[in-house]
Amino acid sequence: MDLPELGPLWLSLQLAASATAVLLVLGTPLAWWLSGTRSRLKPVIEAVTALPLVLPPTVLGFYLLLLMSPRSWLGGLWVEVTDTTLTFSFAGLLVASVIYSLPFMVQPLQAAFESLGRGPLEAAAALRASPLDAFLTVAAPLSLRGFLTAAVLTFAHTIGEFGVVLMVGGNIPGKTRVISIAIYEHVETLRYAEAHTLAAGLLLFAFVVLVFVYVFNRRLPVHVA
Amino acid sequence: MAANAAEAVEALAADFEQRTGHRVTVTVGSTGKLYAQILHGAPFDVFLAADQERPRLLVEQGLAVEGSRLTYAVGRLVLWSPDAEVDAAHTLRAGSFRRLAIANPDLAPYGAAARDVLSELGLWESLRSKIVVGENVGQSFTMAASGNAELGFVALSSVLSQGGSYWEVPPETYSPIRQDAVLLDRAGGNIAARAFHLFLGSATALATIESFGFIVGRAVGPLDGSQPGFSSGGYNRRRPIHAHARTR
Repeated sequence: MDLPELGPLWLSLQLAASATAVLLVLGTPLAWWLSGTRSRLKPVIEAVTALPLVLPPTVLGFYLLLLMSPRSWLGGLWVEVTDTTLTFSFAGLLVASVIYSLPFMVQPLQAAFESLGRGPLEAAAALRASPLDAFLTVAAPLSLRGFLTAAVLTFAHTIGEFGVVLMVGGNIPGKTRVISIAIYEHVETLRYAEAHTLAAGLLLFAFVVLVFVYVFNRRLPVHVA
Repeated sequence: MAANAAEAVEALAADFEQRTGHRVTVTVGSTGKLYAQILHGAPFDVFLAADQERPRLLVEQGLAVEGSRLTYAVGRLVLWSPDAEVDAAHTLRAGSFRRLAIANPDLAPYGAAARDVLSELGLWESLRSKIVVGENVGQSFTMAASGNAELGFVALSSVLSQGGSYWEVPPETYSPIRQDAVLLDRAGGNIAARAFHLFLGSATALATIESFGFIVGRAVGPLDGSQPGFSSGGYNRRRPIHAHARTR
């Protein structure tokens, strides 16, 4: 049996890890704000966050293609700064993945933060902890499960990304040819052996990740530093 | 039917309906996917592919009527720029662009043709890092139309209704993009399906297809018992080589 090239797999892992890291930084404050706010804007922001869950990838892909085009403000700025296009680049895929996987980071985190209740934070405030201090030493450790679930789901969901990447990626080996695209191309060109190897690997990976999340959610002892 | 000839075939279907009173339902998709659907029993009567391979396979597998294959269109490859001021051919040779969109050479006939042309011009290797690949020729068109690629190798049929400028690639430089149609076995005694299949080889139909940016062969009379569609002499490959720009 021909072994498929592993470049696309490696690229997918890099993309998923980067997207997870970026979303931990961006998604945590957003989820924190959503969990505590009484703003009238809350349902609107929640809806925007959840949009990637319900929109077909073709819609996201199409608008990202327009947004990241050198003709748009974002794509144009990118070309001026980097002298390359944002579409068809790893950076472009990262932007797309961050948007595409946003709900998978924000929703578990928001749920974890909301389940804390106000008690621990009020106690921290009574002990004169600053809000940042209270978050870092009380809320975050208490929400460890939420962080792990969010990170694992974000990572896994980004690995499984297909439709958006197909539209904004351009299928460039080493840059945008991720594993799902490689599998698709193997199937379309009737190279079933390679397709099977990659697809079975991905299936196993997804299964292991999900088992890990469920086991972990049940077993993790909750403790406060 | 294959997506790249959608407009042409929809026009044909409308014309056919008006002439005969039969109703035609057109399903558009990529040739590979439609082929797979037909293998699995999709309710289609006539299949207009974007290549010759899939109709041939269907006849071999006993799913299409033997002897019903006919070349209804030959695709014309152009190098297109959405910007009317750009001389596409010159820009390609000069390399003064960031991205060139082509269809996937392993999946799409237009992609294979684009690779042929780039190889013929000696640019395939040097432009490798600038080439972005769409799943099909429609997607490579979108990449260029949205401004993400300055140039794209696309179908003439896609750009005729658009602005911008294009260079029609000399047909000698790539293997012809012959698109075959077959009458599927399940059509059986369906008179409307048989009539539409015959209509595809008629002078009226070929004129319509040609007007949408395809090369067509010699017409065969609808009731002429000879092999419908192309004979090898009917397709003049020595078309004049010309570069031209069009503005909206």
